[in-house]
Amino acid sequence: MLRYALKRLLSLILSLAVASVVIFTVIEVAPGDPASFMLGVNAQEDTLAALRAELGLDASKVQRYFNWVGGMLAGDFGTSYTYRTPVSQMIADRLWVSLPLALFALTLSTLIAFPAGIYAAARRGKPGDLTVMGATQLGIAVPNFWFAMMLVLIFAINLRWFNAGGFAGWDKGFWTGLHSLTLPAIALALPQAAILARVMRSSLLDILGEDFMRTARAKGLSRRQALWRHGVRNALIPVLTIIGLQFSFLLAGSIIIEQVFYLPGLGRLVFQAISARDLIVVESVVMLLVFAVITVNFLVDLAYAAVDPRLRSRT
Amino acid sequence: MRMRSVRTLASALALGASLLASQALAKSDITIAMQLEPPHLDPTSAAAQAIDSVVYTNIFEGLTRFMGDGSVAPGLAESWEISEDGTVYTFKLRDGVTFHDGTVMDAEDVKFSLDRARAEDSANAQKALFAGIETVEVVDPLTVRLTLAEPNGNLLFNLAWGDAVIVAPESIENIKTNPVGTGAFTFGNWVQGDSITLNRNPEYWGDQPVLETATFKFISDPTAAFAAMMAEDVDVFDNFPAPENLPQFEADPRFQVLVGSTEGETILSTNNQQPPFDDIRVRQALAHAIDRQAIIDGAMFGYGTPIGTHFAPHNPAYVDLTGNSAHDPEKAKALLAEAGLPEGFQTTLHLPPPSYARRGGEIIAAQLAEVGITAEIINVEWAQWLESVFKGKDFGLTIVSHTEPMDIGIYARPDYYFQYDSSDFQAVMAMLNSTTDPAERARLMGEAQRLISNDYVNGYLFQLAKLGVARAGVRGLWENAPTAAIDLSAISWDE
Repeated sequence: MLRYALKRLLSLILSLAVASVVIFTVIEVAPGDPASFMLGVNAQEDTLAALRAELGLDASKVQRYFNWVGGMLAGDFGTSYTYRTPVSQMIADRLWVSLPLALFALTLSTLIAFPAGIYAAARRGKPGDLTVMGATQLGIAVPNFWFAMMLVLIFAINLRWFNAGGFAGWDKGFWTGLHSLTLPAIALALPQAAILARVMRSSLLDILGEDFMRTARAKGLSRRQALWRHGVRNALIPVLTIIGLQFSFLLAGSIIIEQVFYLPGLGRLVFQAISARDLIVVESVVMLLVFAVITVNFLVDLAYAAVDPRLRSRT
Repeated sequence: MRMRSVRTLASALALGASLLASQALAKSDITIAMQLEPPHLDPTSAAAQAIDSVVYTNIFEGLTRFMGDGSVAPGLAESWEISEDGTVYTFKLRDGVTFHDGTVMDAEDVKFSLDRARAEDSANAQKALFAGIETVEVVDPLTVRLTLAEPNGNLLFNLAWGDAVIVAPESIENIKTNPVGTGAFTFGNWVQGDSITLNRNPEYWGDQPVLETATFKFISDPTAAFAAMMAEDVDVFDNFPAPENLPQFEADPRFQVLVGSTEGETILSTNNQQPPFDDIRVRQALAHAIDRQAIIDGAMFGYGTPIGTHFAPHNPAYVDLTGNSAHDPEKAKALLAEAGLPEGFQTTLHLPPPSYARRGGEIIAAQLAEVGITAEIINVEWAQWLESVFKGKDFGLTIVSHTEPMDIGIYARPDYYFQYDSSDFQAVMAMLNSTTDPAERARLMGEAQRLISNDYVNGYLFQLAKLGVARAGVRGLWENAPTAAIDLSAISWDE
């Protein structure tokens, strides 16, 4: 087990090193100079040179790469070119919006998908199933920003139940904060719920055909009892895998929703930083997300190995 | 029973209404939305207009300042004297002005600010504004003397820019995140990515503003901007990004639409050194191929004033030269044939992100196609545009709005990205810079406008309009944008 864990750890470190090189290269080769973006069209050459020196952009690319990686290893993500505040602090601030939003959306999508998936599986082929499946097909096909716009139109502009966007801040109270995240969370949750409901349904249908389900019925359990006690529980395994994938998608992929609702989240930070060529911010945020995903995979690998001894001897 | 409930309801409504009314009367805060967030809050070390929108005259003030109508008025300098030969300016500063941290604003601060802006290692984005200044001397605590290398008729105008505001050495270190100025508002709070709050400065030297607090919110998406206004989440949208929505706001009694002018000459910039654009006949053909009104209608939904040269139409010295380049495709074709290109030619059209460029570019490409010119559209981000078009000069055509006030001087710089090199024009600009007599200056400005129009340097399209949307009760907003600024001092609620 230890050998296996060490091997996985080595591969984790290698992946991160490769990722850092790729991220740095891809972002640095994009045309555009942060200094001339900040100083605009009337900047004089000496002014640009002074700013480049101040930002450390006059060093060679290799030098800057090692400065960046070295800084990160020491826990220093650098200082934003444009905002001039530490990148780690900016990320922390934005995570306070993005993380709760992702969790909120995930909770909503689970709350919608589970009953819908179970209902559809229990009524396979009947009108109820067809309705749910039709709705989920629509949910997958329609992009979440369209949902977002519809929600704003109905609940913010016409009914005035919510603000059209913006984040009130957690310092105004938990419920106020949650209230301002409600519409974006719903918009993010609906397409995810549609996917999850379909996975739930098909997974449950697979289980329903298993021998142990027949045994459960033979023991005298009703259809409903067998479904809940043995079916749903076993169907959850693939569903949980999807939920895990969805969480990282929600965390990193809510850029458009954050634009539509002008939320100060991680996605919007990356968006702003890319257009301003705030390279250090883009690099650090992307690296952090890669780190999160790779680490989660590493932990999952370990967990699999703990559960399934066969994996330890392989690779 | 029913009667009573009706009465209860009525009194509840009345109570609600009176509560609303008293709230409205006391309303002393405002939420103003703008599209871009400032990267930081130091107007003296960046080009981002969003910085000036928040801080200009609100937090920071200069010796002189722009008023809403574009005129230059005294700011921290109460008055000034100009020597006979126009090279020595003596500014008398206002007495009793303090910075927000309580320190006194005096001649030393002025010297510090101007010397910092023009220093060798200065990060000022408009360093050229200070180019002619030889020395800045402190005469006494309230008197500053500027000596110029040669007369500069633009000096008072230049000092009104946001890049020339007065800052204090005591607070300069943290200016980017905690700006300390002399203005009517103090910096309150910045939730990055979301909003900036300013509070009234009770110690302000001038008239106290009505507003107690002002919040700037940053909404970049045009659809989100529309929703935020409609849901009344924000009270004002400074420069509304979607002109197509304006009729809807105009029809809604809850809102007012303010259409004004900006200093943005929107032009079809042409690479004057790249063949075939080095041939004036080709550039003239371009000018006649373009139908300005169709571009204004199609890209800006009718908002914008046609221009025939690089000058703002609201400026008294403006000369209407649109007739010089009237829409005439036949003439354009004839000119191309004369230049040896009867079959037309291929070129590139680089389009930065604003909708005037992206939408306008599609229309222009179609209009050019009519006379045989194939313009390949290349969409670029600003950072790319600066790198490849502006700095690299690797382009045929591009559309851009030149938003700096009074920037016709860029045509005197042969290395400027469109690379117009005319000794006649350079001579006129040199004369203009050393002339202080207003009538003579106006004549020279007219001369300069004619020269570039007759040389068809660029395709002159339209003056960008400022499209503001606000709640109906908001008063005192600037209608025009002589510079990027949201002057809070005169804003009040009228309900």
